[in-house]
Parts: sequence; C-alpha cells; structure tokens
Amino acid sequence: MPTIISVSNLTKSYGELIAVDNASFHVNAGEIFAFLGPNGAGKTTTIKILTTLLHRTGGEVLVAGADPATNSNDVRHNFGIIFQEQSHDDDLTCYENMEFHAVLYGIDKPTRTKRIKDMLTYVDLWERKDSLVKEFSGGMRRRMEIARGLLHHPKILFLDEPTLGLDPQTRNYIWDYIQKLSTTENMTVFFTTHYMEEAERYADRVGVIDYGKIIAIGTPTELKAQTKTSNLQDAFISLTGHQIREEKPDPHASIKRSKKMGRF
Amino acid sequence: MSALYILWLRQIKKYFRNKARIVGAVGQPLLFLIALGYGLGPTVEQSGITDYISFLVPGIVGMTILFTSTFIGIELIGDRMFGFLKETLVAPVPRFYIMLGKALGGATVAVFQGIIVFFLAIFIGFDISQVTLGGALIALTAAALIGLLFAAMGLVIASHMQDTSAFPLIINFVMFPIFFLSGALFPLTNIPPALELITKLNPFSYGVDAIRGGLVGSAEHPIWLDLTVVAGVTLVLLIIGSWLFKKIQI
Repeated sequence: MPTIISVSNLTKSYGELIAVDNASFHVNAGEIFAFLGPNGAGKTTTIKILTTLLHRTGGEVLVAGADPATNSNDVRHNFGIIFQEQSHDDDLTCYENMEFHAVLYGIDKPTRTKRIKDMLTYVDLWERKDSLVKEFSGGMRRRMEIARGLLHHPKILFLDEPTLGLDPQTRNYIWDYIQKLSTTENMTVFFTTHYMEEAERYADRVGVIDYGKIIAIGTPTELKAQTKTSNLQDAFISLTGHQIREEKPDPHASIKRSKKMGRF
Repeated sequence: MSALYILWLRQIKKYFRNKARIVGAVGQPLLFLIALGYGLGPTVEQSGITDYISFLVPGIVGMTILFTSTFIGIELIGDRMFGFLKETLVAPVPRFYIMLGKALGGATVAVFQGIIVFFLAIFIGFDISQVTLGGALIALTAAALIGLLFAAMGLVIASHMQDTSAFPLIINFVMFPIFFLSGALFPLTNIPPALELITKLNPFSYGVDAIRGGLVGSAEHPIWLDLTVVAGVTLVLLIIGSWLFKKIQI
C-alpha cells in the first residue's frame, strides 16, 4: 500500500514546552489509523500541523505528496477534518452550515443538494435542517459536524476525538458509515482517541503517543503480542507505564489562554 | 467565485438576523447629525457655509460606513473564538478569496447601514431635491469603496488578535482619528498645515469628499482622484490581508 501521510522527526515546541517530540510515523493510503493517547499527549497539535493550521518547529511532513507548511493549498484539496472543538456558526441554520462547507469545497449544486440531504438524514437531523444551530443540543451539533466533514468525500479524513460526547449507539452508527466510506472510496482515516475500545475496534493500525513522543506503532494484535497482553488497555499500561488518564491539561490550551492577554 | 459568494452571503445573513445591531449602528450617526446639525449648525453658518446640514450629511453617511465596516474585525475575532475560523481556513480556497469575500460582506452591510442613515437625514432637514441620479450613483460607488476599504482594514487589524479586548482601543486610537481628522465634519480649507497634511494622508478624506461631491456637488478634489485613492488603498489592504490570513495559526 502506498504511503499517503509521512511524518519524520516532527517537533513542535512553544518556548520551553515541547508538545510534539521528534515523532515519526506514516499512514498508508486507504487504512484507518488511530493516534491513541491521553489528553495533552500532542494528538491535536499533530493533527493541526498535518492540516495546515499550525506550523511545525522541525521535521518533515508530507500529506498526499505535499508539505502542509509550504504547499498548504495542495494539501487542503485532499483532506477533510472533524474538529474536537466546535467549528460551526451558531447564527446559521443546520442546512446553511452544511451548504457553506459544500460550496467552499467546490461541490456542484446537484451533488451537494443530494449529499446534504443524505448525510443529514443519516445523522437524523434532516427534520431540523432549518433550525438555527444555536437551538441544537451538544450531541446534535456533534452529529452535524460529523455529517459536514463527510460531505466532500475527502481522500484523507482527519477526526480529532470524533465521538466525544456521543452515546455508544450513535458512535457505532457513525463508525459504520466511516468504515463504509473508507472501503468504497478508498478513503484514508486518521483519528485520535483516548478510548482504547474505539482504537482497538476500528483502527487497522494504532500509534500510541504520550508526552509528545510516539511509544509504539502497530496493529492492535501486534501491540498486544509485543506487550504479551490480552487487550489494548493492558498493552497501553505496559507501554507507557500508566493508565490512560485525563488529569494533565492540554498544554496547547494553556498556551492559548496566555495568548489571550490582549496581545497584538 | 461561488466561494466568494457563500462567504459574502454568510455575512449578510448574520447581519439581517441581528436586529439589535441594525438599530444600534444607526443611533450614533443620528446623534451626531442632531447635535452637530442643530447644535453647531447655526454657528457654522454664520462663518460662511450656507447650509451645514448639506455639508454634514455626506460626512455622517461616511462615518456610518466607516464604523460599520470596521466592525467586521470583531466578527472575525468571534469566528476565531467560537471555532468557525478553523472551518474556513482548512478549506481549499485561496486566502485572497477569504479576505475579499468577508470584506465584500462587511462592505455591503455598511453601505446598507449608510443608506438608512441617509434617508433618516431627510427627516432632519437634508434637502434631497439637490441630489441628481448621476450624483447618487457616484456617492454609492464612493460608499461601496469606503466600505470595502475599512472592512479590509478591520480584517487586517483583527486577523492576528486572539480576543476582542483590544478592539475598543483600535476604535479609539485609530478609527476616531480617521473620522475626526478627515473632511467629514468641517471643510479642509484654511486649516493648520499639520492638520492639512494628516487629512491629505487619510484615505477617508477622499471617500467622504467623493460622497459629498456626488450628493451635494461640492467636492474638494476631482471625483476620479478621490475614487482612485480609495480604490488603491483598498487593494493594498486586501493584499496585506490575504498575506496575514496565510500566516494565521490556530
């Protein structure tokens, strides 16, 4: 399988703080790849670098053959992303948010009309398409953003903690769709998660990341064999020396807070 | 092209859904019209200007457009804070289009607001019979260019701000000087040389001059010069803005 994302010695630092530390990995075209690690491990920072939103401090990155730092627009043509934090416009209706996305991605009118309807029906929001998103619950917003990210059938789909805040049933349902799209359209999926079960169940290969460093990469079976454990949970503890945890705040978030001090 | 349209359309929809903003943005210009037109007008008219309301209205219409269009900077910071900017920035759309689409949206809203103030000015005593159709079209062109210029300026200023806390400072120390040190409120004849220099460097002076030339036919400069200056500065700001948009990191 050809490589579609290749990352070597990627580093991102904010002054003293190193968010991503000399990470190297690759993702094959058409596979589902998971970045498994606790909050603050550097997962979101890596995704932001791959998706042109953040510039790296060092290392080499190629996404669909182009460098996101210097060839941003070529890279942008090849991926879709579902962000961890909300990224829609509250003052627009659900349909308007979908249409804004579809038009920016150059989907022609007949295709987008059909796809928006299909996707909103799939995530059970078609009936509410003309409501302002500010009237939506958290789960509805999440479903809308997932539907929106899938609208343009990207070559690579990035999902940052995609199913956070969704009930297990919706989570399965959405993963079914993503898996189907990955098979039929040979779409590569790169997702981050701190749910062991999600990584084990859906990923072809898993990269374990902690404190900005990649600890191990392999299929769930390989990781379990390597650590002589019977499930990914135990494999994770064996690899990192601790349980997956949430007590460490996202270093990136604290940087953002300090930047908020009215700087220009 | 369709990307430009959808970026523009979003601004328009947001504007018309925010009724408080429409009313709020009319209040300040009206206050200026009443206070200056009725309060200061009689004194000014003793010094040679025959009809201060006619002089003032184009300036206040310009002011409305100036402040409304700059406000798009706050909307951009809002987009960043509420996450929507990420969605726009990862899209495969040239940064110049993002800049231009947003600026066009901001300018359209600002011109609309300016037109409301213009019609309200008739009730305050502005004589509309002096406006010709050709003149109105010139004024509208000038209004659109001012809107585009200051929407672009608002976007340039806001593009790297993390939150809205610094924006009032910008309004006080950048936008108010631009407004007061232009020809919006007083004629630029017989003023001290230092002030004259500032007003000559201020692109808003040229925009107001063209609106005034169009509406009441008393421009200081040739209209083509006014429009060229405003269009030129607008283009420069749009280019700087797209470059700054390329540099945004989230």
